[in-house]
Amino acid sequence: MAADPQITEARLDALREEAARTGKVQHKGIVPAGSPFLKPAGATSYHGNPVLKPPTWTWQVPLYFFVGGVAGISAVIALVAQVSGNAALIRAALWIGLVGALISPALLIADLGRPARFLNMLRVFKLQSAMSIGAWTLVGFSSTVGLAVICRELIVAGFGYGFLIPLEWIAEILAAVSGLVLASYTSVLLGVTAIPVWSENRRLVPAVFLTGALGSAAGMLELLGFLVPATQFIAIIASIVETFVAVMIEVRGRYVDRPLREGPVGWLTRAGGALAGPVSLLLRMFARYNSVGRLLAALCFIVGALITRYAWIGAGRESSRDPEVLFRIQRAHSD
Amino acid sequence: MAVSAFLTDATVCIGCKACEVACKEWNHVPADGFTFTGNSYDNTNALGASTWRHVMFLEQPATLGPQITGTEEPFRWQFLSDVCKHCENAGCLEACPTGAILRTELETVYVQPDVCNGCGYCVVSCPFGVVDKNHEVGTAFKCTFCYDRQRDGLMPACAKACPTQSIRFGEVSELRQAAQKRVEQLQERGYSDAQVYDPQETSVGGTHAIFVILGEPEAYNLPPAPEVPTIHMKSAWSAALAAALVVVLVVCVAFAF
Repeated sequence: MAADPQITEARLDALREEAARTGKVQHKGIVPAGSPFLKPAGATSYHGNPVLKPPTWTWQVPLYFFVGGVAGISAVIALVAQVSGNAALIRAALWIGLVGALISPALLIADLGRPARFLNMLRVFKLQSAMSIGAWTLVGFSSTVGLAVICRELIVAGFGYGFLIPLEWIAEILAAVSGLVLASYTSVLLGVTAIPVWSENRRLVPAVFLTGALGSAAGMLELLGFLVPATQFIAIIASIVETFVAVMIEVRGRYVDRPLREGPVGWLTRAGGALAGPVSLLLRMFARYNSVGRLLAALCFIVGALITRYAWIGAGRESSRDPEVLFRIQRAHSD
Repeated sequence: MAVSAFLTDATVCIGCKACEVACKEWNHVPADGFTFTGNSYDNTNALGASTWRHVMFLEQPATLGPQITGTEEPFRWQFLSDVCKHCENAGCLEACPTGAILRTELETVYVQPDVCNGCGYCVVSCPFGVVDKNHEVGTAFKCTFCYDRQRDGLMPACAKACPTQSIRFGEVSELRQAAQKRVEQLQERGYSDAQVYDPQETSVGGTHAIFVILGEPEAYNLPPAPEVPTIHMKSAWSAALAAALVVVLVVCVAFAF
């Protein structure tokens, strides 16, 4: 690189002399090429550093979001099926709920590091903390769905105790109610944070998570062999909603939604939305009477819904890194 | 009861990092690692689980108050020691599901290390990005406002170590007045962009770590209008309730056939 004729010792001496003589330097000083200083800290943020901290959750947490959601909605399906009557399906749905309820704490404990730490969640109950509501809901759901499964199995095994039937009803109602909370609180958990992409989508995420849980629960039942009209109907509605959400994220074009559209997380969002939305919808449309097609559609939806959970957590991570989006939102709100 | 507060004045900070060192020594905060960021003299970048005081170095193309630069390109070097804001309404405290984060009798926000279970919800709920999880210990850490020292009548280590009184420790209402007075004084002296950072108009309701800064808060990565995330509780739960009702409806219709 050719030396800048301006950057010489002679030039420096001339500046010093001028300063000594007049008390002022009229011309620009010397900035050595590639010098590490004079790097502006940025007018809009501190060296472009993130303002917020990214979520610390491990890979088990999005998986828990999925498993908890499917388990919770399965309990709802079990209750409704109980009303309309389909014994085998009720049993399967309850078991999905119970298996989910058993996997969920294991996933959460894996994130916390030590089993005993989960118990700290049960020291207090805080309405203003979605995490607290969730921990208690999970406890309530596991107990009630467990009780419902025990009652059901005893009835199936032929134990004719009179109290079993009302007990199962009570357990199922409680499991369905807590299951609904279990499937939806995770979306509130994200919406009520400082992370812009979650906070600004706090009205959308509940729809996304509940739809994913609904379609996946129906899909699980189909994979277990319940290729009934009810699961088909549920799955089609869920896929339509997923399609609508995927299109909306793209079309709306908001700056805050950039992590959902750009980069690897953007493609993850698209992949999840496409699998759960149009792909499984088309499979169901064109392979309506083909059980392989339906099973494939169910599988696509489940994988898509699972990917979507990871995409939303990933989007939050990306969003936390962008100081600009935070400043824009806050300036817009305060002006 | 006196309400503890910090007043950190960027205009008298000399960037010596004595506060960072004093904090680390007193509180046994682990090392941040030996990294070179290239961001002026700042090699820690932000507050975190192992950085409870963080000195910022801002090299800005602006004049420092009435300074005569003598060159065509104005330039100033600003420092500011950032710290947990100990919010009036604290996002971390609201979010904490274990009750580990509590409000002390000094109105400071404190994380009880033996109760915290490392769920990480405070991390995403802090509108200032202060509290973070230490991945080796597995729980959350942030400035304790030297709760132990304060209980023994001592001032926090950072304020004690500050050689220029850039970090002042005292009662919040007194320091709020002092901050106002300082800004007026600075304005008089030609520091036209001097201002107090203490977001009292937002849902955070003011901070117990008040700052006097030059220029906009964004340049210091201070959010201009921070909000406690729980203000969105109602709209988020309403949306969840609506979605849940639709789910129930769809399932009912599905099994009605």
